[in-house]
Amino acid sequence: MKNKIFKLVFILPIIIYSIVLVLLPLLYVLFLSFLTSDSYGGIIYSFTFKNYLNILEFTYIKMFIKSSLIAIITTVICILISYPFALILRTKSKNFQNIATKLIMIPFLTNSLIRTYGWIILLRKSGVINTTLLTLGVINKPLSLMYNNLGIIIGMVYTLLPFMLLPVCSSVLAIDNSLIEAGRDLGAKPLQIFKKIILPQTLSGVFNGSLMVFIPAIGYFFISDILGGGKTMIIGNLIKNQFLSARNWPFGSAISVFLIIVTFFLVKIYKHFGGKMDDLGGF
Amino acid sequence: MKKRRLHNLFIFLVFSFLFLPIIILVIYSFNSSSMNTLFEHFTLDWYKNLFNNRDLIDAFTNTLLVASVSTIISTIIGTISAYGLYKYNFPLKNLVNWLIYIPIVIPEIVLGISLLSIYTLMKLELSLFTIILAHICFSIPFVIVSVRSTLSKEISVLEEAAKDLGANNYIIFRKIILPIIYPAMISGATLAFTLSLDDVVISYFTAGPGSNTLPLYIYSMIKTGITPDVNALTTLMILLVFTILISITIYQSHKIRKAII
Repeated sequence: MKNKIFKLVFILPIIIYSIVLVLLPLLYVLFLSFLTSDSYGGIIYSFTFKNYLNILEFTYIKMFIKSSLIAIITTVICILISYPFALILRTKSKNFQNIATKLIMIPFLTNSLIRTYGWIILLRKSGVINTTLLTLGVINKPLSLMYNNLGIIIGMVYTLLPFMLLPVCSSVLAIDNSLIEAGRDLGAKPLQIFKKIILPQTLSGVFNGSLMVFIPAIGYFFISDILGGGKTMIIGNLIKNQFLSARNWPFGSAISVFLIIVTFFLVKIYKHFGGKMDDLGGF
Repeated sequence: MKKRRLHNLFIFLVFSFLFLPIIILVIYSFNSSSMNTLFEHFTLDWYKNLFNNRDLIDAFTNTLLVASVSTIISTIIGTISAYGLYKYNFPLKNLVNWLIYIPIVIPEIVLGISLLSIYTLMKLELSLFTIILAHICFSIPFVIVSVRSTLSKEISVLEEAAKDLGANNYIIFRKIILPIIYPAMISGATLAFTLSLDDVVISYFTAGPGSNTLPLYIYSMIKTGITPDVNALTTLMILLVFTILISITIYQSHKIRKAII
């Protein structure tokens, strides 16, 4: 009896949590996506596929492609920064590695919106970067660093870089040194060592980071709002508008369901290449 | 030698990039211009202003409240659940094991709108409570993943031994499991707290009129222009974070030294 109560204490909260706070909300969004909204933002309970057909409209398809492109560019830049960073970090002392990985997380402790606001001070026409370059005479008229796609990409890379740095560093730092030494002893060239030893063992880390960068990058509407000046809509902006201003919840839900399917598909690929689910949440 | 210098430069540049906007915010908190453009001259006025700006202070205390309460609750639930999922078999276990990854992988915006929808369906009025619930929702899986990573096969041997010596489940959890998972629990809690402080998207959808948190306050001001008292607040936050981190590091190294002696 006592053991039964003990067991219940340990499993009941997670059952309630996962069903009430995870499963039900998502099922409800799925349900909403088949309904219609009236012109006042109310929901009409009649079944339709219209919302999914709407997604196929040219303007939305164009937006999805643009949003995905921004997310892909962001992911690639993050990889190009993180991989060399991790390889260099490998050559440093254990102490340095510990401090460096701790420092990566610190920016998170100030809200990401605050840091995005910091970028406004840096990037705008009369901002720190332009003023400095003008005074130094490098340029003679201010560069357009924000209120365009460049601004969005700078903001995305900045906000999401730690999600790439952490998994890539942990996979690169985990490689056994003796493997590399063995390779070297057997006469492998640096490029061969990289291709045959380092790359295969760190691919899942890179893929992990790519998931954690790409998926948020299609949704972070505040970055395209603030640094893109509202000119470029990403998928996140579209969903936000459907829920908060256009008040067409069924259409917003259909786009969300579409994103969930894309996410599941990406996670499937990740698992196919040997990625572990627990690594996705482990920073 | 030259290569090494290039390496150090690269590391330095990456960290500069990560810290640049924060450093700029700190510098401009001492700038007398209210436009955050050119640096005019040094002033502490924004710090004085900050303490008279009720809205900003309220938003900040709300943010801290949401982060603390959601961290405490999700750490407790996450820890006992990690152990529950490790130790027991129950119907729905496979489903639960699958569902807990969803908040980690799906786009935050989808989590945000799904919670908003279900709140509306249940006629829950948006308030601090709904934000806290939402933050608990996305934090629990991170705590579970963190704690679960320390629960291995070797632990069941310890459990068996304790059972043979007459310990009941409570004592086993309290005296054996908890000390082992404690560090992972703390790192899970730290992660939950950090993610909560950093969150914009989920708070944006689950906050109501009377429940301003820091990101919402800043979002509403960003179009009209942000006053440098936000910079002053950020500076104080950074100061607090570094003080805590440094004291933890000193405390830990002190403990290690003590253990060696």
